[in-house]
Amino acid sequence: MSGFLSYLLQRILGLFVTVLAVAVTIFLMVRLLPGDPARVIAGVLATEQDVARIRVQLGLDQPMIVQAGIFLRDLFQGDLGVSARTSAPVLAEIGARLPATLTLAAAGMLMAIAIGVPLGAWAAARAGSLGDVVVSTLVLFGISMPVYWLGLMLIILFAINLRWLPAAGADGFASLILPAVTLAAFSVAFIARITRSSMLEVLRQDYVRTAHAKGVDRRTVEWRHALRNALPPVVTVIGLQFGQLLGGAILTETVFGWPGLGRLLVDSIFARDYPMVQGLVIVFAAMFAFVNLLVDLTYERIDPRVRYG
Amino acid sequence: MAEVAKRLRRNPSAVAGGTLVGLLVLAGLFAPLLTPYDPTKQELLNVLQGPSWAHPLGTDNLGRDILARLLYGARLTLFMGVFAVGVGLVVGVPLGVLSGYYRGWVDMAIQRVMDLMLSFTTFLLALALVSLLGVGLINVIVAVGISTIPRFARLVRSSVLTIREVAYVEASSALGARDGRILWRHVLPNALAPVIIQATLSMGATILTAAGLGFLGLGVQPPTPEWGAMLGEGRNYIFTSPNVTTFPGLAIFAAVLGFNLLGDGLRDALDPQLRGAR
Repeated sequence: MSGFLSYLLQRILGLFVTVLAVAVTIFLMVRLLPGDPARVIAGVLATEQDVARIRVQLGLDQPMIVQAGIFLRDLFQGDLGVSARTSAPVLAEIGARLPATLTLAAAGMLMAIAIGVPLGAWAAARAGSLGDVVVSTLVLFGISMPVYWLGLMLIILFAINLRWLPAAGADGFASLILPAVTLAAFSVAFIARITRSSMLEVLRQDYVRTAHAKGVDRRTVEWRHALRNALPPVVTVIGLQFGQLLGGAILTETVFGWPGLGRLLVDSIFARDYPMVQGLVIVFAAMFAFVNLLVDLTYERIDPRVRYG
Repeated sequence: MAEVAKRLRRNPSAVAGGTLVGLLVLAGLFAPLLTPYDPTKQELLNVLQGPSWAHPLGTDNLGRDILARLLYGARLTLFMGVFAVGVGLVVGVPLGVLSGYYRGWVDMAIQRVMDLMLSFTTFLLALALVSLLGVGLINVIVAVGISTIPRFARLVRSSVLTIREVAYVEASSALGARDGRILWRHVLPNALAPVIIQATLSMGATILTAAGLGFLGLGVQPPTPEWGAMLGEGRNYIFTSPNVTTFPGLAIFAAVLGFNLLGDGLRDALDPQLRGAR
């Protein structure tokens, strides 16, 4: 247990280091890349005085090292600055939008796992059969399809032609269905693909043959013995894949007018709201790092070979 | 080489992918011969038409021929894909070689930077870069290209780590060959196959990312016939003219599918050990 505890502390520390590194990087990117944020925010009609005022307001008139110091101090106090567009605290705005994104991401992820893992395992168990070919083809379609296009096609079919589901907005369960399916499509395919290949690997192992030889029922061998051992690489991929899912969420939210962080990010980019963009990038990276930490912690439960400490 | 070509011809993925990619290249090359229309010419009396003999895929909200825009857009898609992957290769491969060959602190430093880039996640990194650099073709290529660097650096590093330990490389080193010569003559050629496979698959991924930026309005700007931007503009008309969004999306889908199939086929052909394991 103490081994696990020190592992846990180490990982949580690692998470903070990652988020801090991302924060410092985006801070530097905003200030070092060509373009003057103050001038951009002020707009083309602004006078020099306007630009200077905004520069002071954003603290951009200070030496870089002072700016960095202030930024880090505020960051540790949980202060990500104020929005250049609405003057509200960045963290408050993000907090208000976070539940929508979490709902969408969780729905997409759960759907991806619940469909992708069994589908991949099923295909691997009958490798080379017609069913396997169909699954492999669907998988290829799923990973090649632009998520925003899939979303629009689903809107055309289910919202405009069939009128079964709302085309946009976030109003109850019905409005979650299309965005969640759209977001999950890529992940379903990707997870199915990894599960299939991992499962194929395991099905070639001696102990699987032994189990078959002992007369264990085929279903038990496949679902109990093989899938269990095929899962660890799949779980790793599910964590890494969450990054892709967050990217997909930005696009999906735009398609469906879903009031989450992705939509906020795109709006903030258009509004040149640099403090908000900066804060959102940090929060997205933190979510990604956190999910991967959770994934690594579940590892021990599914793979007894892994021991922490 | 001949052996690889033979295996590729027998591989259904490679053939299907090669065909799709070939069609994409042909569409781009011969766009002016395949359509009489100018992809940016507006015909305001002919807006949002459905498919017809005159306009096989219909016209968009400014009366531009959708087929013409897709054909000319193929050039742009290939251009962005090739150059973005080029950025990833030119920066990522040397970083991977340095990392895997010298190990130690060089490796540590490079890998931490790659970890940092990966913790942004690919799409968000490209999005953040474009929002700071500004929109437009070159910036999209740079932003999407940078976001592919870690993939190449990781891949090459792991191949180099393996090859470095192989007996003939050690022998070459023992005979006094200089690092540069060893890297160039022995290490890189052996790391080539996985890099080619990854580059092909990355073409698909970068096309998706670049078109995604275009869709958001943060990519190549109108009136350039970029597929993602076409989708983004067509969105406003899905209730009345679904063809304006359907066809550009199909084009992106087909292009990405082509490169993914080709990449899978190449993996089977170039890397016999992996065959069937995928």
